[in-house]
Amino acid sequence: MTKILILAEHANGQLNPSTAKCVSCAAAIGGDVHIAVFSDQGATVAQQAAGLAGVSKVLQLDHQDFAQPLAAMIAPELAAQADGYSHVLAPSTMFGKDVLPRAAALLGVNQVSDIMSVNSGRSFKRPVYAGNAIVDVSVPGDGLIVATVRTASWAAAGEGGNAEVEQVSAQSERPSHTRFVELQTEGGDGPDLQTANIVISGGRALASEENFELIYALARKLKAGVGASRAAVDAGYVPNDMQVGQTGKIISPELYFAFGISGAIQHVTGIKDAGTIVAVNKDADAPIFEIADIGLVGDLFQVIPELEQALS
Amino acid sequence: MKVLVFIKRVVDYNVRVKVRPDGSGVDTAGVKMSINPFDEIALEEALQMREAGKAEEVVVVSAGGNECQQQLRTGLAMGADRAIQIDTAGALQPLTAARAFLALVQQEQPGIVLMGKQAIDDDNNQTGQMLAALWGRPQATNAAEVVLNGDSARVTREVDAGLEVLDVDLPAVITTDLRLNTPRFVKLPDIMKAKKKPLDVVALDDLTGSSEADLQIDQWSPPAQRSKGIMVDDVAGLVTELKSRGLL
Repeated sequence: MTKILILAEHANGQLNPSTAKCVSCAAAIGGDVHIAVFSDQGATVAQQAAGLAGVSKVLQLDHQDFAQPLAAMIAPELAAQADGYSHVLAPSTMFGKDVLPRAAALLGVNQVSDIMSVNSGRSFKRPVYAGNAIVDVSVPGDGLIVATVRTASWAAAGEGGNAEVEQVSAQSERPSHTRFVELQTEGGDGPDLQTANIVISGGRALASEENFELIYALARKLKAGVGASRAAVDAGYVPNDMQVGQTGKIISPELYFAFGISGAIQHVTGIKDAGTIVAVNKDADAPIFEIADIGLVGDLFQVIPELEQALS
Repeated sequence: MKVLVFIKRVVDYNVRVKVRPDGSGVDTAGVKMSINPFDEIALEEALQMREAGKAEEVVVVSAGGNECQQQLRTGLAMGADRAIQIDTAGALQPLTAARAFLALVQQEQPGIVLMGKQAIDDDNNQTGQMLAALWGRPQATNAAEVVLNGDSARVTREVDAGLEVLDVDLPAVITTDLRLNTPRFVKLPDIMKAKKKPLDVVALDDLTGSSEADLQIDQWSPPAQRSKGIMVDDVAGLVTELKSRGLL
């Protein structure tokens, strides 16, 4: 029987939407869907997880060792909890990518990374070569399947669920060799880049950290998340965690604005799943126009203020 | 302290790979091959540790057929002291790679294992974490900064919310992200010198057993293409278009 365990991602008492996306992937596989919440005080997050449509049970694993999202702590316990499940899923976020392979190795299985779609309970599509090829990968035999879910490929499961929450005691042995020191967050107060409906990104053409204020102002008006190309990050205009692309964040907003971004493959890989892509660039030959739904050849320093005014 | 660096031979990152029309794989014939860029960063970090007096020996390891000796020689030319080829015909899946690497780690007893966060061909992002799990040692993935403090390391990691700082006891596995350093260029005299450095070959079968857990790739296909959209002349046209699509 298909029984799926999803590793929840959360921070500051809030379930990360990547978890609801895993629930959609689990629904495509079909079967009983459970969510495991690892925390020191997971009650609030467990309630949020229990409210997701299609979830039948939430395992709330409260322990001081799980106060921080450390792979060294979570992986052995997740491996211990995997008994009786046919699938263990985690979002293909930095968190899931860190924890899940460690658990997979403890369970003696390879991991299917970045599920884009489900062919069957044991066959999946996933991207390789930075999305330049898609493979159908199947898991032979009838053993446990461990997989990460490419969040940009899945819509979040809705609410309206009413799963039971079960308190579960941790049973694994956990190490003392890995210690959390701190989390440095540089991002602003706008919506999260990975979950915002609208994302506005700037490229090297912004030319300075100060000029990025143009992007932030427009983002405030549209309640949008703010991203950047690798060129803008490398030039020091914005912090690393704003990078959109193959080596940054892969996002799927309904509406994406690329201002002064040429459209290197690196960047395009991160936005391929966006609903509508709007590109503004001075260079009419910029590759970004080949994938943009709406293109405008123009100087962003004129276009952005005009656009802001038009939206007032 | 000894540092072990695992590198993978992959299609060069500048090559735009194409899926073969029959769906049997991607075209790699005659294509430029290189050290996986994240692994190159790992090797650079190891060399900097040695140059800072924190490490005595840097050993570069790759799994593959004899063709991967080319990348090992490049690693030696960058400055690694010696190289080991894990001889195997086919590509290794992460769990098999991790098991083979573990056997080698137990022989070599390194203080740090470094490798890229992922290979840019299969994009799996698993092997480092798996090695750390099987070894029962810490992992610090996506490293943006590594500071060695005696028998531990303080690693700053790139995570979705920003930067996470961890202290890990050594030995540990550290996987490297893009911003950790900029790898050095190889100079011609170094290439000549690298030819004289030791390169040992060990059979995969001598390190690990069969790979019963391998996943199967059934079909390759090109990605869905986004169709070319429309161009608008000005901001008014853009706003009209967005409104007509219900996006504003």
